[in-house]
Amino acid sequence: MYRSAVYDEPLLNELVSSKKEKIKPLGILPDSLKRNEKIDIPDIDETQVVRHFHHLSQMNYGIDSGIYPLGSCTMKYNPKICGEIASWDGFAGTNPYQDVSTIQGNLQVMFELERMLCEITGMDYFSLQPAAGAQGEFLGMLLTRAYHEFNKDFERNEIILPDTSHGTNPASAAMAGYKLVEIPSTKEGTVDLDVLEKTLSEKTACFMLTNPNTLGIFESEILEISKLVHDTGALLYYDGANMNAIMGKAKPGDMGFDIVHLNLHKTFATPHGGGGPGSGPVGVKMKLEKFLPVPRVCKNKKDYFFDYKAPESIGKIKGHYGNFSVLLKAYVYILMMGRDGLRESSEIAVLNSNYMKKKLLDSGRYELPYKELRKHEFVLSCEKLKQEKNVRALDVAKRLLDYGFHPPTIYFPLIVKEALMIEPTESESKEDLDRYVDALIKIADEKPEIVKNAPNNTPVNRVDDVGATKKPILTWNMI
Amino acid sequence: MRFVPNSAIKDIILGEIGVNDIEELFSDIPKKIGIKKLDMPKGLSQQDTEQRLRGIANKNKSFYDVTSFLGGGIKPHYIPSVVKSIISRAEFYTAYTPYQSEASQGFLQAMFEYQSMIAELTGMDISNCSLYGGFTALAEAALMCTRINRKKTFVIPQNISWEKKSILNNYAKGPGIEVKEVSYDIKTGKIDLEELNKHVDENTSGVYIENPNFFGVFEDKVDEISGIVKDAGSLFVVGIDPISLGVAKSPGEYGADIVIGEGRSFGNPMDFGGSSLGIFACKKEYLRQMPGRIIGITKDADDKRAFCMALQTREQHIRRGRATSNICTNEGLCVLAAVSYLSWLGGNGLEELSRINFEKGQKLAESIELIDGFEGMFSGIHFNEFVIKCNEDVNKVNKKLLRKDIQSGLVLDTWYPELKNCMLFGITEMHADADIEKLVSALKEVSHV
Repeated sequence: MYRSAVYDEPLLNELVSSKKEKIKPLGILPDSLKRNEKIDIPDIDETQVVRHFHHLSQMNYGIDSGIYPLGSCTMKYNPKICGEIASWDGFAGTNPYQDVSTIQGNLQVMFELERMLCEITGMDYFSLQPAAGAQGEFLGMLLTRAYHEFNKDFERNEIILPDTSHGTNPASAAMAGYKLVEIPSTKEGTVDLDVLEKTLSEKTACFMLTNPNTLGIFESEILEISKLVHDTGALLYYDGANMNAIMGKAKPGDMGFDIVHLNLHKTFATPHGGGGPGSGPVGVKMKLEKFLPVPRVCKNKKDYFFDYKAPESIGKIKGHYGNFSVLLKAYVYILMMGRDGLRESSEIAVLNSNYMKKKLLDSGRYELPYKELRKHEFVLSCEKLKQEKNVRALDVAKRLLDYGFHPPTIYFPLIVKEALMIEPTESESKEDLDRYVDALIKIADEKPEIVKNAPNNTPVNRVDDVGATKKPILTWNMI
Repeated sequence: MRFVPNSAIKDIILGEIGVNDIEELFSDIPKKIGIKKLDMPKGLSQQDTEQRLRGIANKNKSFYDVTSFLGGGIKPHYIPSVVKSIISRAEFYTAYTPYQSEASQGFLQAMFEYQSMIAELTGMDISNCSLYGGFTALAEAALMCTRINRKKTFVIPQNISWEKKSILNNYAKGPGIEVKEVSYDIKTGKIDLEELNKHVDENTSGVYIENPNFFGVFEDKVDEISGIVKDAGSLFVVGIDPISLGVAKSPGEYGADIVIGEGRSFGNPMDFGGSSLGIFACKKEYLRQMPGRIIGITKDADDKRAFCMALQTREQHIRRGRATSNICTNEGLCVLAAVSYLSWLGGNGLEELSRINFEKGQKLAESIELIDGFEGMFSGIHFNEFVIKCNEDVNKVNKKLLRKDIQSGLVLDTWYPELKNCMLFGITEMHADADIEKLVSALKEVSHV
C-alpha cells in the first residue's frame, strides 16, 4: 500500500529563531520613512533552506506523482521541454519595455500562438493578456458591455447561465456589474431550450455556456441555442475549460460562439504550479475585434510590432502582455503536437473517460445521473453509498488518497448529489485507469469506518477545514 | 504519440467498451459542425522543436545581451540557484490548487510561510497567497474598499503606470466606482497634498499612494496623507516595491489599511512582464472582504497541526455570484519562488539588498546628472528608479545607445506629455559599476554629436 513521506517539518521561524532588533537606519531617508527595526524574517543557512523545501515537496502530490483526475481541471502531463525552453535567458530575461527590435522572438511567439488558437477554436482574433480563465471570463464580460454600448444598446444588464456552470462564471459576470439569471438543466443534463427562450429578452447581454458542459455532456442543440441567443441580440460566451474534449473535432466558432476563453494551463499542458501562473486567452469574432485589449501584436513586411491604435479598445486587463512564460510553454506544446497530435489527445481523453465510466457503472457501486454518452469527463453520484452505508463523496475522495491517487473533483456540479467528477485526460495508461477504477470499487465495498476515517497514509490525517475558518490562524505571528 | 499512452491500444479499449469506432464517441456533435482536421502543420519532434525555439530566442536580446536601465517597475534581479531548484520540484510544479489538503501539505505550508513573511514586511496582520499581479491587486483593493464602506469614489495619484490605471478603470466599472486622480508636484515628483485634500471627502472609499511612486520618488509625507484619509473616514491603500522595504518603513507603521505590490522581484524572472505576483495584505478586521486564496492552520483528526485553505466561503467555487472575487487560478509557483527566495535571503539579506539598490540608484542618478544636457527632473528622494530630463530628442539619443547595446530609460512623454524628453531610469544589484560607466560614457558620446 502507498505511504507518503511524513515530516514534522517546522515552520521557517521555528527552524531558526529570529527576533526584532534595532538596525542602523538609512540616514538619507526622511524620518517618516526610516525603517528602525530589522525585518523579522529568519536568516537560515542555504542547506537548511533546501532541506526544508525538499521535505515540503515530498509532502505534496503533483501530476508527476500519479493520476490526477480532477474534473474540469484537465490535469494532463506537462512536457519537460516546455518548462526548459521558457527558462532560457533569451525569453525569461527580456523586459516588456525593451525596444521592439530586441524582442522580435517574443512577438513572433505571440503572433503565431494567436493564429494557432484561432485555428483550434474557429475564432478570428485572440487576446493573450488574461492571467487565468476567470480573468478571461471577466474580459469577456467587459467586451460584452463594450459591444452593446457601442451599439447604443444600454438596457442589457443580465447574464444567463445554466445551473451546471463553473463558479467563476457567475462570479466574473457579477464583478463586471451584471445581474445573474440561472436556468435549470433538462433531465438529460443539458440546456433547456424552452426555458432559455423564455428567459432571453432585450435585457440579456450574454449567455455563458461550457460545451461539453460540466457533466461532460456535449450540448448537441448548440446551433439552436446559438440562434435563439442571437435572435434576441445577445452574445454567446464559451467557457473553454472543457476544450480538451473537442480539439480537431469541432470548433466553438462554428457553433456560433462570439467570445471564447481558453485555459492554457489545462488544455495546452502548461503546469498548474499549485495554482498558477496560468493564462486565459480570449478569442472573439470579427465584430468584437475593435474592443480587444491593447496592444495587439501585428506584423508588417518583415517585422513584428505592437499596435496601440484602437480607439474602441477596453484598454488593459493585466499588466504588459499576459503571463508570457505560460504562452511560450503552450506554443511549444502546440508545435510538438501539431494538428494530428491535438486531435488524438482529445480522442483519447474522451476514450479514457468513457472507458472508466463504463467500468465503474458496470460495477454497480456508483450511479450516473443524466445522459450516458460523455466526453472527456463524467460525473458519478455516491448517493447509493450514502443511503446504504452513510459513506459520502468526501469520504471516497479521502480514501483514494490512501491508495496513492489524487481524488476527483467532488460536490460539483451542484445538480448531482454526492458528485464525483472524473476527468482522466489522455495522459494516463490503461493500467493506471484500471488501478483507479479498482480502487474506487474496493472503497465502495470497504467497511464504512475505514473509509470515513481516511486518509491515514498521508502526511496528516483528515484535516478539519472548518476549524481554519472558525478561528483563523493565517500567519506565524497569529499562532 | 509520446504523451498519449493509450493511442497505441485504442482498438483494444474500444473493444472492451463495445464501441467500433472512436467516431461513435463523438456522435453527439452535429454533423454540420464536425471537422475532419485542423488547418495547421503536423507536430515536430522534441529535438526539432528545441532547434526551432533556439532560432526564435536568438531574435531576442536579453538583459545579458543588452545592458538595460529601464525603469517602470520591471528590472532584473539576481535569482539564486536554490530558488530555481525548489520551484522545479515536480511535486510543486505539477500540482493543482491545494483543494485536497492532505495531499498538499507541502505547498500549503510554503504558502502559509509566504503569507507570514508578507505580513511582516508590509506591517499588516494578514496576507493572501497572491493575486495575478501588482496591477490587478490595486483593482481588487479598490473593489474591497467599496465592499467595506459602501462608498464609491476611489482616489489615486495621477502618476501611476498608465496600464495600472486602465486596469483599475476596467475593474471599477462593475460596481460603478468613480476613480479620481490627484496631480503631482512638478518640482518634487510627489503627490500634491493640497490637491489630495480637495479630492478626499466623505464619499471617498479609499485613497491610494505608491511608495516609492511611479517616478521612483519616496512619498515622505505619509503621516499627513494618512491623517487626511482617516479624517475622511476612508481607507488607506499603499502600493510598495517590496525590495525597498529592507530600508523603508512598512506601510503598516504609517497607518495603511491595505498594502499591495508587485512581488515578481522576489525570485521570479522578468519574463517579458509575465510571472507576475500580486502582493495583497491588510488589517485583520477586513479579512472577510479580502479577495483570493488564504491559507490557514488547523488540526487533523489526530490533533496534529495541519494546513488548509481557509475562509473558502468567500470564494467563487462556493459563493458563486456573491464571492469577494472571481479569482481561481492565481500565481502559486511565483509564491513558492518568493518564499524560497526570502528564506534564502533572510531579514539581514533583504536589508542589505535594499541598501544596495538604494545606493546604486543614487550613484547612477548622480553620474547622469553630471553630464551636460541631462538633469534630474524631481527633487524628491528616490529609490532605484528616477526621472532624467534630456535637453535633446530623447528617442534619437536612445536609438544611438541601442547601437551600443545599451537599453536606455523608459520614455515618458507618451503618457505624460508634460514630461517631454524625460526618461525613467532603473538600476538594481545586477548592474556593476562598469555598467554605469558604460552608460555614462555612451551618453556623453551620443548627446554631443
